[in-house]
Amino acid sequence: SAKIVVHLHPASSNKEPGPFQSSKYSYIKLSFKEHGQIEFYRRLSEEITQRRWESMPTGPTIQVNKDSQAGRIRAVGIVGIERKLEEKRKETDKNISEAFEDLSKLMEKAKEMVELSKSIANKIKEKQGDITEDETIRFKSYLLSMGIANPVTRETYGSGTHYHMQLAKQLAGILQTPLEEQGGIMSLTEVYCLVNRARGLELLSPEDLVNACKTLESLKLPLRLRVFDSGVMVIELQSHNEEEMVASALETVSEKGSLTADEFAKLVGMSVLLAKERLLLAEKMGHLCRDDSVEGLRFYPNLFLTQS
Amino acid sequence: LLQAKYKERGTVLAEDQLAQMSKQLDMFKTNLEEFASKHKQEIRKNPEFRVQFQDMCATIGVDPLASGKGFWAEMLGVGDFYYELGVQIIEVCLALKHRNGGLITLEELHQQVLKGRGKFAQDVSQDDLLRAIKKLKVLGNGFGIIPVGGTYLIQSVPAELNMDHTVVLQLAEKKGFVTVSEIKSSLKWETERAKQVLEHLLKEGMAWLDTQAVGEPQYWLPALFTELYSQEITPEEAKEAIP
Repeated sequence: SAKIVVHLHPASSNKEPGPFQSSKYSYIKLSFKEHGQIEFYRRLSEEITQRRWESMPTGPTIQVNKDSQAGRIRAVGIVGIERKLEEKRKETDKNISEAFEDLSKLMEKAKEMVELSKSIANKIKEKQGDITEDETIRFKSYLLSMGIANPVTRETYGSGTHYHMQLAKQLAGILQTPLEEQGGIMSLTEVYCLVNRARGLELLSPEDLVNACKTLESLKLPLRLRVFDSGVMVIELQSHNEEEMVASALETVSEKGSLTADEFAKLVGMSVLLAKERLLLAEKMGHLCRDDSVEGLRFYPNLFLTQS
Repeated sequence: LLQAKYKERGTVLAEDQLAQMSKQLDMFKTNLEEFASKHKQEIRKNPEFRVQFQDMCATIGVDPLASGKGFWAEMLGVGDFYYELGVQIIEVCLALKHRNGGLITLEELHQQVLKGRGKFAQDVSQDDLLRAIKKLKVLGNGFGIIPVGGTYLIQSVPAELNMDHTVVLQLAEKKGFVTVSEIKSSLKWETERAKQVLEHLLKEGMAWLDTQAVGEPQYWLPALFTELYSQEITPEEAKEAIP
């Protein structure tokens, strides 16, 4: 487990005795079996710098058995911790500063790439059609490698690269079965977790996933990306028809009289997020009415429509 | 004829630049490989260095986390670290959503994520969490970061929270709850506005109503329960509180 070693130096001679007369160790080790050391180290360093304990009233002094023996009283003092932390920090700083210098040099070069890409993008913009499509795709893949946002569209290189198209094809393969098992529709968040858990290494970034999914339709793959009014993004099987599902949702709601998204989700075996989207769509299509109160959002069959 | 000539020149220049970029890209890749061989561990182990790295990238207009296929992610390994963290964050938020309506403090999220990662995984800082969350937004899941009293509330549901809601959350952060009168006196709002905001939070499950409070009803935020819990209730008191 991770450890923070705090070195103490001998206390000043006028220090009052503490809980122990002496110790053969001049340091303490803090062991972090279940993490937390980063935040702890940060706060410890802060406190050492601020030294708030010096302005606090002292607590009750501990009675020490003054049965004096030979041997010095090595009362350990907080005052020495700071010096050792400082030394440790300086040494780490030296390593860091070399890393930092190297990083700065690297960033200088990266900055040149950014400037160059801006210049190219401007030229492309001004001369739409004079740059071949192949070259535009090449350019986008350069941007992708560097992590530079497309200077023209501001989106990170859009969905135009070969990488994303390849990825889309892979996704179509991976997601077919899970989608069928989940009723033909899954939220993009679920897909992100599913795909990355399966990969283990070389994970997809959220943007990789979104950009790949944007190419699904144009590649005529059996899945598509859909964005609901709420902004929620889903992947659907091409064979899935959400509007048809609405009809069956209406039946379910009618049977029960009324349902909230939670209740509907449990009944049908869907995630609450998607259950809500389906009910909202049904409402949008005029099949359901809402009753929006502090007790929750409840949907009823739209009797205004059917019984007028 | 002259115009055509100029046009031609323009195209050639762009192609030239593209070729130049290709060459520079290869060089950069080599530089990055060298950097990675020396300092990859530093980035892995040192959260402060990670922050500096991210900040410098942002300053020059580079997003090292945009794609898992980017050089940065591939060579420095930063990609997998943050994308995996994203998965863990999503899982924690989903698990606790029924309790807190989709709002959770950064502290609680941090603790839960650490628990989930287990003893042998690399430690993560709060800054790491925030960066991972910023990347998740693009999935259309409503992830958001709301500054409150020196820390942050993390939203993980696509509920609309505008400035009015945010400011009431910030007001509630101090004690874990807020009342209509407090809102009116602190923010100088009318009753109707305060009530609308509170009702919205209730509907979203982010606030709970205590009608039995002395004086007037109190609107509590379950997202803040843990924070208060560990600060003000001793283990002994907590045991007493459970019947």
